[in-house]
Amino acid sequence: MKLVIGLDGQSSGEKALEFAKSIAAHSVSCELIVVYVIEWSPFSFQTAEENAQRHKRREEEISIAMERVVDPAVASLKEAGLSARAIVRHGDVADTIDDIAHSEGASQIIVARSSAGGLTSRLFGSSTANLVMNARVPVTVVA
Amino acid sequence: MKNLNSILLAVAAYLALAIPAQAQEAAASLDARVNEAFANATGWFVNFIFMSIPGTNFPWIVMWLVIGASVFTIYFAAVQFRFFGHAISLVKGDYSNPDDAGEVSHFQALATALSGTVGLGNIAGVAVAVGIGGPGATFWMILAGLLGMASKFTECTLGVKYRNEYPDGTVSGGPMYYISKGFDELGLPGGKILAVLFSVFCILGALGGGNMFQANQAHAQITQITGDFPGWITGLVFAAVVFAVIVGGIKSIAKVTEKVVPFMGILYVGASIVVLIVNYDMIGWAVGQIFAGAFTGLGVAGGFVGALIQGFKRAAFSNEAGVGSAAIAHSAVKTKEPITEGFVSLLEPLIDTVVICTMTALVIIISQQLIIDEATGNYMLNEAGTAIATVNGNGGVALTSAAFGSAISWFPFVLAIAVILFAFSTMISWSYYGLKAWTYLFGEGKTTELIFKIIFCVFIVIGAAASLGPVIDFSDAAIFAMAVVNIFCLYFLMKVVRTELVSYSARLKSGEIKKFKH
Repeated sequence: MKLVIGLDGQSSGEKALEFAKSIAAHSVSCELIVVYVIEWSPFSFQTAEENAQRHKRREEEISIAMERVVDPAVASLKEAGLSARAIVRHGDVADTIDDIAHSEGASQIIVARSSAGGLTSRLFGSSTANLVMNARVPVTVVA
Repeated sequence: MKNLNSILLAVAAYLALAIPAQAQEAAASLDARVNEAFANATGWFVNFIFMSIPGTNFPWIVMWLVIGASVFTIYFAAVQFRFFGHAISLVKGDYSNPDDAGEVSHFQALATALSGTVGLGNIAGVAVAVGIGGPGATFWMILAGLLGMASKFTECTLGVKYRNEYPDGTVSGGPMYYISKGFDELGLPGGKILAVLFSVFCILGALGGGNMFQANQAHAQITQITGDFPGWITGLVFAAVVFAVIVGGIKSIAKVTEKVVPFMGILYVGASIVVLIVNYDMIGWAVGQIFAGAFTGLGVAGGFVGALIQGFKRAAFSNEAGVGSAAIAHSAVKTKEPITEGFVSLLEPLIDTVVICTMTALVIIISQQLIIDEATGNYMLNEAGTAIATVNGNGGVALTSAAFGSAISWFPFVLAIAVILFAFSTMISWSYYGLKAWTYLFGEGKTTELIFKIIFCVFIVIGAAASLGPVIDFSDAAIFAMAVVNIFCLYFLMKVVRTELVSYSARLKSGEIKKFKH
């Protein structure tokens, strides 16, 4: 069994991790894939100078995400005796988590309840809501 | 502190008293002096670039650009039409590997390069072309745009292929790099000298078309609305803002501009379409004028050859195909296949010239700002016989503004904002191109970079103060001088691009290169 855990760097991600741990504890062999998506669009506008430095910035963004969010999560799963690995990718949060879960053949996606609220989520919808609406893999939203 | 305050007060009081009388005179004469000194200093260079082919009145440089674009079109078997659909797929991201997400996308590279080229060339340059060469210039402009797609394809492929990647992950690319590295690779002599020559012209082009022309026309547009005032004032304001961005590192200004400019572009095309829809019954007539003018001239100076020269000149100035500037902008893309960037870049002359410039031309023709002699059906020339007489005697950006204003009365205000933003974003882009050429010559380093940036800002003031004639001549000459070196070198390097093209098409056909999205 494969589970994809989508993290957003907020404290609510902890709950998703705990939930995934409890599921994995009950199954014989379970692989956990921790996914962190850096919000990014290939259709934004940038200056020539930003473009020239983009590769460097991307590396920095990935290493910060690894260090602060993903590595600690994977370490805590491994501590619990589970098999876990990490994927950090740029893109639209909902689409990217779904793409990864789909291509990895995961049986479930676990995410935390959206931490965004108020006007922004009303206008643009939250990533969690978008994921629930469009995912090709069953999604569990941890409250 | 008290002393300082009182001195400032005294100075302010003096200025307030003096400005109405003396200073305005002094300011006007300052403009005139800047203008004269500038025309004297650049005259020989302009004359050389625009020298006519002996026995004709056809400037050799225009021939050079057209022959270059035609050679690339033939050599790559009309690549701009064969791979047009593929270029669109690339921009949409159909072939982008999700593992590379977060790198500069094809769309972003295209948008960045476009914001450097879409600007005053499309608004003021077209007005100059149609104002001198008549509606027929539009036809030649479109043709030059279509052929220029092949030049862009060639230079941008090479720009990515031979760029420098530094250990810290940043990149530098452009003609100076592909000329020196490419010539070395092919065992040809003189690569380094040609690269240096290109860099020199690139710096002049950055100061001319990428700077002075922009400042000059932005000032012209502002005075349309506020009434006349000395150009150096606009120049100083522009120079201060540009200085804040490129020297002060206030990136937020540039970022805001980069985000607003595309919408201004869309707004501009939208407004053109509105003008065309309102005058839908005249579209047929306007197209007729374009075709008739293309082959007869309809009475413009120099006949149909005059129309052709203007069309080709303004097209090259607007889309910069063959000039080499886009190769600098495109080289930032991280791709395993340099040629994909070439495909993407061939969309630029299409968007810039075939779509946006044509819109401007149609609006000017349809608004009937150009005066037609009813007896002959030909256009009437102004008193000097250098351009077509217009309703209000306007030329350049003022003509475009008047043309839009005749259909949408408030649009000149929007256009003024658009012109200022376009001018600003083009200046920022060209400050980067110029800087890349400068650092190629003098090495990368804080002090050398600062020197260029300060020179760049000084030229903004000169550009805004000088009158249109000398500025446009020098801007053209400098940009075309880049094309002289660039196209010459592309003839030697184009076989490298062909090898890439053959290999890529084979792999595309065999399915080795496949879409990630369906």
